[in-house]
Amino acid sequence: MGSQILDQLKRDKILDLLKTGKRIDGRSLDEQRPLIIETGVIPKANGSARVKLGNTEVITGVKIQPDKPFPDLGDKGILICTAEILPLADPNVEPGPPNEEVIELARVVDRGIRETEMIDLHKLVLIENKSVIGMFIDSSVIDSGGNLFDACSYASVAGILSCTVPKYEIKDESPVLVEGITSKPPIKTLPVSVTMARIGEYVIIDPTKDEESCMDARITITTNSDGNICAVQKGGSDGFTAEQLIQCSETALSVGRKIRKQFEQLM
Amino acid sequence: MVKIMTQLMTEDGIRCDGRRLDELRNISIKVGVLKNADGSAYIEFGKNKILAGVFGPRDVHPKHMANQDSGILRCRYHMSPFSVTERKNPAPSRREIEISKVIKEALQPSVILKDYPRTVIDVFIEVLQADGGSRCAALDAASVALADAGIPMRDLVSACAAGKVADRIVLDVNNEEDQEGQADMPVALMPNVGKITLLQLDGMLKPEEFKTCMQTALVGCKRVYEIQRKALMEKYFQTGEQ
Repeated sequence: MGSQILDQLKRDKILDLLKTGKRIDGRSLDEQRPLIIETGVIPKANGSARVKLGNTEVITGVKIQPDKPFPDLGDKGILICTAEILPLADPNVEPGPPNEEVIELARVVDRGIRETEMIDLHKLVLIENKSVIGMFIDSSVIDSGGNLFDACSYASVAGILSCTVPKYEIKDESPVLVEGITSKPPIKTLPVSVTMARIGEYVIIDPTKDEESCMDARITITTNSDGNICAVQKGGSDGFTAEQLIQCSETALSVGRKIRKQFEQLM
Repeated sequence: MVKIMTQLMTEDGIRCDGRRLDELRNISIKVGVLKNADGSAYIEFGKNKILAGVFGPRDVHPKHMANQDSGILRCRYHMSPFSVTERKNPAPSRREIEISKVIKEALQPSVILKDYPRTVIDVFIEVLQADGGSRCAALDAASVALADAGIPMRDLVSACAAGKVADRIVLDVNNEEDQEGQADMPVALMPNVGKITLLQLDGMLKPEEFKTCMQTALVGCKRVYEIQRKALMEKYFQTGEQ
């Protein structure tokens, strides 16, 4: 019960500041926190990244291994993104099976990368309907400071950009690793996820944990390099007006261009 | 499994199930179909057949979930094993857990929970047969079931999807169009309040198409609203007119 009173006080304070065009950490409403990307942090993985978005920190590892294709998708490689919040990342997270928030997080990150068609999955086929290359992109939140959606998405994209794909040869119908030969992953486009929160009548970008604790609704929009909108997820216990959502889609496109430049430096 | 590529649209804009671009599938809603539930509804939305039952406000179990200042809303979206072509494992999948969450969050703004502190309102949704757009149909039924349970509400929640098929924006994406089409955007609206309470997208849309697609879906939501309203009227005002 105590935390409910604190949340209400927090909300009052945050709203009062928003009325003057300011945020609790001094940012403007449409300003993201600094994004720091470091790649190659886990040499045993085929690709990896450590991303800091303000106080939020995520480590992503990419593992690549031959696999059987899905029965109805024999002409495509496998791409699976997951995300989890480690118990050391937040005092309120307990070990155990993922709750609905974590499942949503993982599925929204996966959707952003899948629906933008970041990776040309047709190029990951070894033998059609029999053997393909699977890419497993696993993100772990190690410090939770709000906006895990974008942080996990950026870390996943950075991990993929940093990865090298081992070469496999087919011998007796089964894939065999060829040592010493790797290639770049078949990248088609760069997805950028942008999350916004509505508090009262104000829409802010990249909410912190405090802002998330008192937001009315949330929206995550993922765009690709061609300026298309590819994935959207609304969350939170209230809604948006149509005008607010159209404004959000424009913000997602313009902020997306900025973040994409940061990704391009990794290529 | 052999994949048969169906032609999704003829040149003059007739879709694979014979509908025009802006046409909804057949929708019928029945209110109060379950005896034990406090409120219930059954919807047929194209080939979707979905039951929704509402229980509460009632005591919260486990107790620690209770909120001292307000009631809470819980929602379970579940698909029957026989609802899809290949048997579905009855355990809740990650997809179902995510859909349960977005449906709960779409309904929440419409329900006046403040009046029922320390209680829970449970919404159970069972998809008996699934076609494309089952989350929207489920939401439509759930909102009607909440109203049938007599729970104070600000508005109904009406949901409908729009999407992009064969480079054109269409209303109410069916299963084939969802599988083979270019984009699917489920939207839920509180029509009298003008608030969008669910928005998802997977697919690829240009910024202009994003706006058109959303507007198209909103038109669909308003048409669904009329059907929901009529269904409630039929139960509570026998003539169907007030």
